[in-house]
Amino acid sequence: MSLSDTQNGRTASLLRKMGFSGRGLVIAVPTLWLLVFFLIPFLVVLKISVAEPLIARPPYSPLFVEGPDGWSIKATLSNYAYLLEDSLYIKAYWSSIKIAFFSTILTLLVGYPMAYYIARSQEPKRSLLLLLIVLPFWTSFLLRVYAWIGILKANGTLNGLLISLGIINEPLIILQTDIAVYIGVVYTYLPFMILPLYANLVKLDGSLLEASADLGASPISTFFRITLPLSLPGIIAGSMLVFIPVIGEYVIPALLGGPDTLMIGKVLWTEFFNNRDWPVASAVAIAMLIAVVVPVMFLRMAQTKAEENA
Amino acid sequence: MRRSYFLPIAALVGFLFLYIPIISLVIYSFNDSKLVTVWGGWTTKWYGELFRDPQILGAAWISLKIGVISATIATILGTIAALVLTRFGKVRVRGLLTGMVTAPLVMPEVITGLSLLLLFVAMEIALGWPAQRGVLTITIAHITFCMAYVAVVVQSRLVDMDDSIEEAAADLGAKPVRVFFDITLPMIAPALISGWLLSFTLSLDDLVIASFVSGPGSSTLPMVIFSKVKLGVSPDINALATLIILFVAIGITGAWFFMRKQLK
Repeated sequence: MSLSDTQNGRTASLLRKMGFSGRGLVIAVPTLWLLVFFLIPFLVVLKISVAEPLIARPPYSPLFVEGPDGWSIKATLSNYAYLLEDSLYIKAYWSSIKIAFFSTILTLLVGYPMAYYIARSQEPKRSLLLLLIVLPFWTSFLLRVYAWIGILKANGTLNGLLISLGIINEPLIILQTDIAVYIGVVYTYLPFMILPLYANLVKLDGSLLEASADLGASPISTFFRITLPLSLPGIIAGSMLVFIPVIGEYVIPALLGGPDTLMIGKVLWTEFFNNRDWPVASAVAIAMLIAVVVPVMFLRMAQTKAEENA
Repeated sequence: MRRSYFLPIAALVGFLFLYIPIISLVIYSFNDSKLVTVWGGWTTKWYGELFRDPQILGAAWISLKIGVISATIATILGTIAALVLTRFGKVRVRGLLTGMVTAPLVMPEVITGLSLLLLFVAMEIALGWPAQRGVLTITIAHITFCMAYVAVVVQSRLVDMDDSIEEAAADLGAKPVRVFFDITLPMIAPALISGWLLSFTLSLDDLVIASFVSGPGSSTLPMVIFSKVKLGVSPDINALATLIILFVAIGITGAWFFMRKQLK
């Protein structure tokens, strides 16, 4: 046994005496990491959201103030009041939820037939098609959004094609409008919708469809009465994966949207980087958490429980 | 059942929608005209320009470094978290850990970025560390959200896996550490590889979080690309995109053939 081994043995027994075990240490490492770098930051955001902006470093007032008679807490709700007063923020919330909602529906409409087609095709075609769905996901998100600038701009590929075909005379103004944002969202989030839908549809029992057809139902009626209700868990899972991140989306509205495209992620970014108002940016973040993220997380937990019980 | 053409046509349109933008990026990277819509003949000059641009090369190097380090640490931490949640029986902090592992997956990036920056600033004031923001703070941020993805991937593998082999090893007298390295680790290796690759891709791709926690002189590749494309279309970015697409396509197709061979 070498010197360092006895040293290690001594350290280990010392740690054990102090109440640490190997098991405890293993549990502590990821828990502490996430505690420090994920949970505590939210407390910091909460703290700064009740501070006053200052022109200083850091640009916010301290929460605990040392006065003549000891420490006191100095907090203000003026940043939250400001969010309610200025119609910009309420509008941005509604607009984010609206864009997220309609783009989730659009993604579902585009993704459902694709997922269904893949689920019904045979190997090896099926895994090749799945590969084609996953492949864009591994390439840069930013560059895939960028690709649409070249296609949609006034003298871009799409307008060039439509004009040369004689369909339109004047270029369509799509870039820097909400339409471009919808296109960008549907495009980049399509794999997130297709994969859970596929996972659900591939388990669909074909004999149910045959039975329905034998009993005289038309394919359309079979789809709406058998396939669609059975694929509801897949639809919900896919919609969550699209709806939640789109609400906070920054890159797509920043590159494809116009100055009128209001989204809460963009507002937070501007508040922070351009206006340098850290307390208001923090208040926007907390309001966004309470208004959107927490309800959705509860919904997700309820959904997981329902699936476990089923 | 009557054969319907609706489904194949809808699927074809969907696949065209997925691939036309990517194909157009690749084609216009060889365009000899700076205006994207005007075709000026074939050229490879944008690739040459790309490799002579010190800003892009420097940012690519920083991004690769951050990607490799954060993917590796995120894989280790995420695997430990997954083990704790699936193999440790009763754990007092289970609820807390489960919440903290799943929450980063649904958290809007702007919130994660802002909260980490404010933490780093508060730590700098209180502890004097980190003295300045840069590669280190970006790496910490990436480890944090990537380990959540790794934990989810590894956890689903551990749940599906037959744990009777681990039990047998333990019954035969192997210590928990030995069971982990000799039995569990080789069996979850595929999940570790996909977790690492996922983390590496997410890290390499992140613009929003990195923009919040970066400092002077630590611009990552997405930050440089973003500042360039905000000004409009630039052909050397198309060249860069083509190289990334080529790299990913070769990697994924290779992995696909490898897995098909393994299955046979």
